[in-house]
Amino acid sequence: MAATRFRIWRQDGAEGEGAYRDYTTDVTEGMVVLDAVHQIQAESANDLAVRWNCKAGKCGSCSAEVNGNPRLMCMTRMSDLPTDRPVTVEPMRAFPVIRDLVCDVSWNYEVKKKIEPFEPRPPDAEDGTWRIAQEDVERVQEFRKCIECFLCQDVCHVLRDHHLHDEFVGPRFFVYNAALEMHPLDTGDRLASLKGDEGIGYCNITKCCTKVCPEHITITDNAIIPLKERVVSEFYDPLKKLFRVFSGGARA
Amino acid sequence: MEQTPYEYDVLVVGAGGAGLRAAIEASAVGASCGVICKSLLGKAHTVMAEGGMAAAIGNVDERDDWKVHVTDTLRGGQYLSNPKMAEIHAREAPARALELEAWGALFDRTKDGRILQRNFGGHRYPRLAHVGDRTGLEMIRTLQDHGIHRGIDFHMEYTVFRLLLDDGRVSGALAYDRERGRFRVYRAKAVVLATGGIGRAFKITSNSWEYTGDGHTLAYDAGADLIDMEFVQFHPTGMVWPPSVRGILVTEGVRGEGGILLNSDGERFMFDDIPPLYKDQTADSPEEGWRYVVGDRDARRPPELLTRDHVARCIVDQIKAGKGSPHGGVYLDIAWIKEKISNSEEHIRKKLPSMYHQFKELAGLDITKERMEVGPTTHYVMGGVRVDAESQMSSVPGLYAAGECAAGLHGANRLGGNSLSDLLVFGKRAGEYAAAFASEQGDVRLDEAAVDAGVKEALEPLEREGGEGPYQIQHELQDLMQEKVGIVRIESELEQAIEEIGRLSDRAKAVSAPGNREYNPGWHTALDLHPLLVVSEAVARAGLMRRESRGAQFRDDYPQKDEHFGKVIIRVARGADGEMVVEEIPVEPMSDELTGLVEEMG
Repeated sequence: MAATRFRIWRQDGAEGEGAYRDYTTDVTEGMVVLDAVHQIQAESANDLAVRWNCKAGKCGSCSAEVNGNPRLMCMTRMSDLPTDRPVTVEPMRAFPVIRDLVCDVSWNYEVKKKIEPFEPRPPDAEDGTWRIAQEDVERVQEFRKCIECFLCQDVCHVLRDHHLHDEFVGPRFFVYNAALEMHPLDTGDRLASLKGDEGIGYCNITKCCTKVCPEHITITDNAIIPLKERVVSEFYDPLKKLFRVFSGGARA
Repeated sequence: MEQTPYEYDVLVVGAGGAGLRAAIEASAVGASCGVICKSLLGKAHTVMAEGGMAAAIGNVDERDDWKVHVTDTLRGGQYLSNPKMAEIHAREAPARALELEAWGALFDRTKDGRILQRNFGGHRYPRLAHVGDRTGLEMIRTLQDHGIHRGIDFHMEYTVFRLLLDDGRVSGALAYDRERGRFRVYRAKAVVLATGGIGRAFKITSNSWEYTGDGHTLAYDAGADLIDMEFVQFHPTGMVWPPSVRGILVTEGVRGEGGILLNSDGERFMFDDIPPLYKDQTADSPEEGWRYVVGDRDARRPPELLTRDHVARCIVDQIKAGKGSPHGGVYLDIAWIKEKISNSEEHIRKKLPSMYHQFKELAGLDITKERMEVGPTTHYVMGGVRVDAESQMSSVPGLYAAGECAAGLHGANRLGGNSLSDLLVFGKRAGEYAAAFASEQGDVRLDEAAVDAGVKEALEPLEREGGEGPYQIQHELQDLMQEKVGIVRIESELEQAIEEIGRLSDRAKAVSAPGNREYNPGWHTALDLHPLLVVSEAVARAGLMRRESRGAQFRDDYPQKDEHFGKVIIRVARGADGEMVVEEIPVEPMSDELTGLVEEMG
């Protein structure tokens, strides 16, 4: 393959003004976008900032927007991109930029801390172990394979366009809630906080998150909608409502 | 320094499995604890571990217990392991695996609902607790999600480049943050190193940019001993094509599920060379090998599941003999099991989901239908900081090491699956003993002069003008190590490599890395050169001293094992004038009980 043009976002620190800058590098067979970015870094932009680790789609570090699509750079093959125009690479736009392609995702780590942690039921056997059916393990595997790349957060309009970071935890943490709520051993109850502080009601199931998930987690259908249903049956079921009035207990 | 130092009882450097487990333990016993990690939390290399965690729980085969596990580990390590560490590891791994489940980890299950265990190279019975082929992710996420509720401070994207000492005892660390390029001082009564490996010293590696031998070098610079540095594990199966993914790991789990190795003539060559030590444990026909894979307890394991050092060398031999695949590897075939089971495609996708995904996305290849091309890749270093078997303390008071950056458990070769259990068993111990040390010992004094000198030195590449760039030196070092200190070694090349490393070290002292301090990868690479050069020199010098072939070290000029070298390990330490001192020391003695077990189990 021949020389390929790139337009890469350069920004000098969080306060700096960003701009696209043009680069050209040779793309060879099998290369992914991250390879090209590294090559540019080594050849002509030694100080180009990019975050990466495993280079195999397992750690979720190299999230960015490639030709406007939220992608892991290490899993985006150059041969799948059009060659008639420059390849645009820019940082995730739902988070503040630290420098160039690297953004500040610390908000996600703060959000996670607030979610009620795993609490198992007492062990099933005298030796302190549990008995779990393989199908119950498999039911939550889909959520547990999340690599925390935060591309779903990047693309979610509640965060990206409306900036409701204080009222809404985003698709990643609905998946996290689902993993806990559907964990075969967990005894916690996160429905009140899902409805309240975590703002699950803001999600209007446009499924953008599902489309960009590199792990192909069916975020909307398998995590968010079931959680919404649980919230509805917990708080809006007329019989339960009546029961709460008479028992004087208000759970929400 | 413009900022007040962070202060902890226990400072943990590294947030993979060992670091997180150490921090959880230290905080559980009441120590204040900070964790520094080079990347974001949850991204450390533990996340890449695929196959599973070895623990003799005996759920699948009740004949398994810690005694079998310890003898497997010692045999795999060619009897150079610290026997006490191997025993502690085998005894405590089951409890560590079960505890992970209590913190939310979900492993695959047996029919009666207990933790399922899978076959792996060098393990006599099915022993690896696993979740498909993404066990590392399950483990690190479980530790991370448990750890964030334990009052531990996490300092993400900080790199420690110097340890601070107070009259010979460790007193803290000096670090810079990648994001803004600021320096931070950490004062700590005890420090646990859990920084992982050295893979980036080689060109073809399964390791990410982080694995530059930081912990090894921090300890070495502080006066601690390193041992076993000649033993670098080349995993037999890394991807070889396309070029940009060369080195990325293909889990041993593929072979555990029945994958076979073939040369370009379609021959299953692993049957041709079975080492005497494993003759009795290895299948003598493909038919017996398959029976083992599907759980026949009377069958012996197929030769593809021999130890990694051996399999890697057999692959190299095939390639050298002109029987390699088009891109310089050999074939790994799991698709063939369609001859044996009806729903093979679904079975492969279920048992090896991330391998399926990885080949599909990166190589455009469907492993349920086609053969993979694989070749050896630098994966793991058995060598590291010499530690006390019980406490994990190094020869520097208050300085601990756990996980890959520590040495002793794996000897000359690590068995697959023994790493994840190593991280948990010795991570916990390091955290526990470091917290005890911190509470028993008095406060430490910060050496302000050492801090100022460290900062000044770290800034030099940024401020120096007109020097060579750091990437060139890094690439030359990686090429050198790959060619001359790689899978097949010889005296003349090792000597050349040592000389060349000396020249590269001189050049590294004069590099320039222009730009700002914020997230400047050129500057970070310049700072990584020192640890890379130190560990490279240690590997080459130790490899030169060991004039024999054993475990992961293969010497073309000494192709056999040597009785003398079976009794010694090689110690590397910093001499009085800063020179690297290498010497033989006796292997740690084995208890009578272990000696009896080894004799009994052959």
